[in-house]
Amino acid sequence: MLDIQEISLTFNEGTPDEKKALQGINLTLNKGDFVTVIGSNGAGKSTLMNVISGSLIPDVGDVFINQNNLTMIPEFKRSKFIGRVFQDPMAGSAPSMTIEENLAMAYARNKKRTLRPGVNKKRRELFQSYLSTLHLGLEDRLTAKVGLLSGGERQALSLLMATFTEPNILLLDEHTAALDPSRAELITKITDEMVEKFHLTTLMVTHNMQQALDLGNRLIMMDKGQIILDVAGEEKAALTVEKLLQEFQRIRGTQMDNDRAILG
Amino acid sequence: MFVPIFQAVESGIIYAIMALGVYLSFRVLDFPDLTVDGSFVTGAGVAAIAIVNDVPTVIATLLAVVAGFIAGSITGILNTKGKINPLLSGILMMTALYSINLRIMGQPNLALLNEDTIFTQIRSFWSALGIDDVLNGMLTSMGLENTPGTWGVLFVMIIVTGLIKLLTDFYLKTEVGLALRATGDNEKMIRSFSANTDTLKIMGLGLSNALVALSGALYAQYGGFADVGMGIGMIVIGLASVIIGEALIGTKSIMRVTLAVIGGAIVYRIVVTIALRQADFLDTGDMKLITSVLVILALVIPKLISGQKEAKRKRRKRAELQNRLNGEAS
Repeated sequence: MLDIQEISLTFNEGTPDEKKALQGINLTLNKGDFVTVIGSNGAGKSTLMNVISGSLIPDVGDVFINQNNLTMIPEFKRSKFIGRVFQDPMAGSAPSMTIEENLAMAYARNKKRTLRPGVNKKRRELFQSYLSTLHLGLEDRLTAKVGLLSGGERQALSLLMATFTEPNILLLDEHTAALDPSRAELITKITDEMVEKFHLTTLMVTHNMQQALDLGNRLIMMDKGQIILDVAGEEKAALTVEKLLQEFQRIRGTQMDNDRAILG
Repeated sequence: MFVPIFQAVESGIIYAIMALGVYLSFRVLDFPDLTVDGSFVTGAGVAAIAIVNDVPTVIATLLAVVAGFIAGSITGILNTKGKINPLLSGILMMTALYSINLRIMGQPNLALLNEDTIFTQIRSFWSALGIDDVLNGMLTSMGLENTPGTWGVLFVMIIVTGLIKLLTDFYLKTEVGLALRATGDNEKMIRSFSANTDTLKIMGLGLSNALVALSGALYAQYGGFADVGMGIGMIVIGLASVIIGEALIGTKSIMRVTLAVIGGAIVYRIVVTIALRQADFLDTGDMKLITSVLVILALVIPKLISGQKEAKRKRRKRAELQNRLNGEAS
């Protein structure tokens, strides 16, 4: 489904600020894989996401989705195959437009946009049925402007918008990090439901180790632009936060220096 | 006083088309597009030179629309493909258009006084209908001495501007229109939903300046001339219309805002007309100053009012707290 080969990317090469963000990354996701990605700040998690989504072009290496090489395809064309939710709850929807208009834009993701009305009766009913699965009452507020929603509601809407057209790949970039714990839990729950419901191949970056352990069937750990740990199936199910930290120390020989990667 | 106001409404409705164009770029795309100062004249110039060369008036007007679209698209290309800052893209295009407009017209000023224009054609058609006599008869019986020469221009312009408003409303709700609005609202987001924001911006600015040029073409035919300097300050007039309209009529829905923009354009013309007629010390040359002052007031006054309200609310809260503390103390 998703195949990443030998991706390297260096920022500010040849200057004192040089940063090797990704160093020879190889990663293959099979259909239906739900992979969680953890790692300290600057490990290259977000850069990897941006390379897959097309907002960054790697120095070398290739990105394949369904055996199609997409490395040089611009972001807006790639997003036909990729659904994405950002960390900032404000980033995934248009605030001055209504809930139904936002869903209509997401609905057009893998279709050609035409001069027909974006919202019609049939679509409205479809949107309502999808919104009701969030259990937030948004199905009764179709014509409310998205800017009026709370951060949690907006992130839930973003998540729905990114998933209901069943993209080949779903990218979640710390999408619960900016929410309070109870909202984050709600979004985590919805994420699990959506991925299950639409059988999505998912890559999720998180700072929350417990979340990375609870969700998905595979876990990778990144450090200094490299994948240093890749566990799946029962081996992953047996992991705990302590074991993860020990594992990091064993591989790297140092403590994980990250105050944000909390134990909770 | 009735006839000048009547004329202000007439020209206000013509300017309203330009204001709708400014609304598209300034509000929908969130792109402060200064091309307007040039593309208004481009529209006027193309229509005027075509009419002088005996092109039928409707076709001359459509040519102006196409010219405006091209001008706007180039600004869009400068910004998206050339990565030039939006304001600077507009300024560059506006400056370039000054020379282009001179080339189009061949001279700084083109008179259409002896030519057939859309409006002379409307007048002759309209006067045969006899509606003017009825309406003016009613005005005379109400005690007005001077009555407008024709109601035809007003009626036709209400229909034309109304149609453009309805088309704009419809367009902004289509799939493409939603993507265009999202480009101005949250560009990163709409790109992650497979919209080509570069193309949308280029097209949006094209449409915006097509409307501006249409307004210029109609204004040249209404006033009977095209002048290379007639577009100076046009962007501020457009902004004044958008801001005044939004403040007076509101921004609840798209349909409401487009109506507000048209209303704002008419109110603006009326205010300027009254200011010039009532205040003897003001000269027609002061119009740009009046416009700028109007925009500044429309921008600042709402903020002052809400600031006052907020301060008052806080004073009240503080007084309540003080009262409660006093009550506890005694």
